[in-house]
Amino acid sequence: MAEKEVWITGVGLLSSLGEGLDAHWEALGAKRVNADEKRLAPYVIHPIAPVSFDAQIPKKGDQRQMETWQRIGTYAAGLALDSAGVKGNQEILSRMDMIIAAGGGERDLNVDLAIMNADAQGKLPPAALNEKLMNELRPTLFLAQLSNLLAGNIAIVHGVCGTSRTFMGEEASSIDAARIAVARIGAGQSDIALVGAAHNGDRGDLLMLYSFGDFALKDQYASVWARRNNPGFAIGSAGVFLVMESREHAEARGAKPYAKLTKVVADLAKRKQPGAVTKSLQAMWPQLGVSNDNAMLITGATGAEPATAEEREFLGQHPGLAVRATGTTFGHTMEAQFPLGLALAALSISRGALYPANDPTGLEVEKTEAPTQIVVLGVGHWQGEGMALVEAVK
Amino acid sequence: MTAPRDKFGRPIVVVTGMGIVTSLGGGKTDNWKRLSAGESGIKTVTRFPLDSLKTTMAGAVDFVTVDPFSSTSLSQRLAEIATEEALEQSGIGSKGDFPGPLFLAVAPIETEWPQRLEVAREVPTKDFGIIDYLATCSGGKFAHFHRRFTFGSVALNLAETFGTKGSPISLSTACASGATAIQLGVEAIRRGETDATLCVATDGSVNPEALVRFSLLSALSTQNDPPQGASKPFSKNRDGFVMAEGAGALVLESFDAAMARGARILGVVAGCGELTDSFHRTRSAPDGKPAIGCVRKTLADAGMEPEQIDHINAHGTSTPENDKMEYLATAAVFGEHTKNIPVSSNKSMVGHTISAAGAVEAIFSLLTLEHQRIPPTINYEVPDPAIPFDVVGNKARDAKVTAVMSNSFGFGGQNASLILTREPA
Repeated sequence: MAEKEVWITGVGLLSSLGEGLDAHWEALGAKRVNADEKRLAPYVIHPIAPVSFDAQIPKKGDQRQMETWQRIGTYAAGLALDSAGVKGNQEILSRMDMIIAAGGGERDLNVDLAIMNADAQGKLPPAALNEKLMNELRPTLFLAQLSNLLAGNIAIVHGVCGTSRTFMGEEASSIDAARIAVARIGAGQSDIALVGAAHNGDRGDLLMLYSFGDFALKDQYASVWARRNNPGFAIGSAGVFLVMESREHAEARGAKPYAKLTKVVADLAKRKQPGAVTKSLQAMWPQLGVSNDNAMLITGATGAEPATAEEREFLGQHPGLAVRATGTTFGHTMEAQFPLGLALAALSISRGALYPANDPTGLEVEKTEAPTQIVVLGVGHWQGEGMALVEAVK
Repeated sequence: MTAPRDKFGRPIVVVTGMGIVTSLGGGKTDNWKRLSAGESGIKTVTRFPLDSLKTTMAGAVDFVTVDPFSSTSLSQRLAEIATEEALEQSGIGSKGDFPGPLFLAVAPIETEWPQRLEVAREVPTKDFGIIDYLATCSGGKFAHFHRRFTFGSVALNLAETFGTKGSPISLSTACASGATAIQLGVEAIRRGETDATLCVATDGSVNPEALVRFSLLSALSTQNDPPQGASKPFSKNRDGFVMAEGAGALVLESFDAAMARGARILGVVAGCGELTDSFHRTRSAPDGKPAIGCVRKTLADAGMEPEQIDHINAHGTSTPENDKMEYLATAAVFGEHTKNIPVSSNKSMVGHTISAAGAVEAIFSLLTLEHQRIPPTINYEVPDPAIPFDVVGNKARDAKVTAVMSNSFGFGGQNASLILTREPA
């Protein structure tokens, strides 16, 4: 049976640059970057742009039940539903499938730090941990932390109620979310799906995990390609959601596509071997069906090593590609980085142009022709690799 | 067993290997023996101090140890043990070379308290803030904590150990996670992407903060004495669920592939269904509509009529709301047939294995089909008159069982159901 064509018919974007497609297109054109070297100095972060959540999360009670990452995601999901023209359409929402890539939510850093300080000073007998947690954690904080509760909040606020699946596992989780959504729609197991992720980079508690591995960018912001002497990722903030549906489903309801999502592939390179990432990318590339080696490519390269160097090795083998690194502009939004690439690819195709390069090293080159194929690339800072091909609808 | 495809023309998905660990023990033999004998695995927690806690019992798996302890490492170890058993039974592939993808249901991961405190003791500053703390985190001394506490770490390690193919998927749909892992595997085989999938669900979450968090949501039973009496699904005096640990692993294959290699077929995943509840973050819609829709979708997916279901392996958490809603939803779908269906909840004995529950209970459902004996719901002394199920109370019941529905209804509106049969329909 021939696979069904998958269209991207809705895109929702909220990031450190602002909200909505027009604002992002304008900011990308102006090469604007919102990086903050002071808030969590020496760590460089990209905080979310000021936003009034009321526009997409009208009930204050709902907002109170969420932490920032969930608000960002629920907000962006609403933008995507608006963009696809399905917001409030009960008939469609009640059978819309949802695949979300999520990490965990904000912890109560004050409670954590008080406990850790007490322990470090020898003032936390073993039994006192329970007492502090029982007395000081907000009962509903758990719900703001649970990975699957971003999906839960989107169901409650927007009524997306077909199926709900939350994938975890840093960058790879959203590559797989897109891959499974496309496979299901392609095979007729799903007609329409909401796929995306949310990330809040303004979180000291989150930096802990990445500090263990020394992955976080410190001191000075620089373009992703200019971090050879100071590698690392600047944690970013974004909510990115895509509405994907079969061509026939979209046409039946008169929906216009931003682009076609032709293929998503993913891999788990054995990174203990040097060069494994480069090899993985080389093996995936021919699976995409890129017809023109002068195509365009949007990568989520993190700037952390050795993964970025291995990715650069691969890119060096395709010198005709016009490359854009989202990490330069948005920082690293972890689970949201691959959907961000898909969103910007779809946006570029729909606007008939690739946005300008933003790279002092010259790796990114300008390209004036209208894009027909854009490859989206994701290489996790620690594990997981993937690629997608986004194309103009013929 | 001759039909290669189901009535919708899709590849039939069969189970050829199963592995299980719960608080009752390791392996199918021990688990089935104790489960069908009505024994409880719930005990007073000994892993950490219980001061200030309202709930002091759990179905912890204490006979498996990991050093240094973390819930994440225990989850991984339980998953490994269950997977080894499933692969051995299935005989598929070869050691370290499983010919298909991994779908892993696992609890969300974060750095845990023993490790947080280990770092804290090294911070040179007195009254430190987060930036001082982060400085101590970095430098490489604690690099192993990054490898341990990334969300993808358990799946990465399992994929390496068992040689599964492609990008492994870690997922969480709360209490439905185990069922979702199976559902993803079924869908991949039906799409023809692969002939086999490894579906694993694990949970080793009995630690102080997890117990506190569920306790603060008033979700847990506080009937600590005796611990084995706490989990009493469908009883009038039920007051919450009991946290538990465990893992279940299933090798799924297309019927064709299993037959071609002469594998023993343990059962069929005839249908899966899922429907989200948007009523509330922790509570189900009181009218049970989403659960009703989930059960109906599952029957439709299997191409079966309600009358063909002859046993329900209930979600049956023992919380006041869930058990009642589950009855209402079941009664709405099955109507008059409801009273003919023996219902049982394994959680009365093993507790609620949360992320693992869907897979653990799918395996118990398949064992029920194999043994033609329905394990009991223990502690069923005071039946709730509002839940007039035919509960298999306290003693196992021999019965003709051809098709089992296994339900998972969880936090965040996550509902998933499976229909397991002995033979292809």
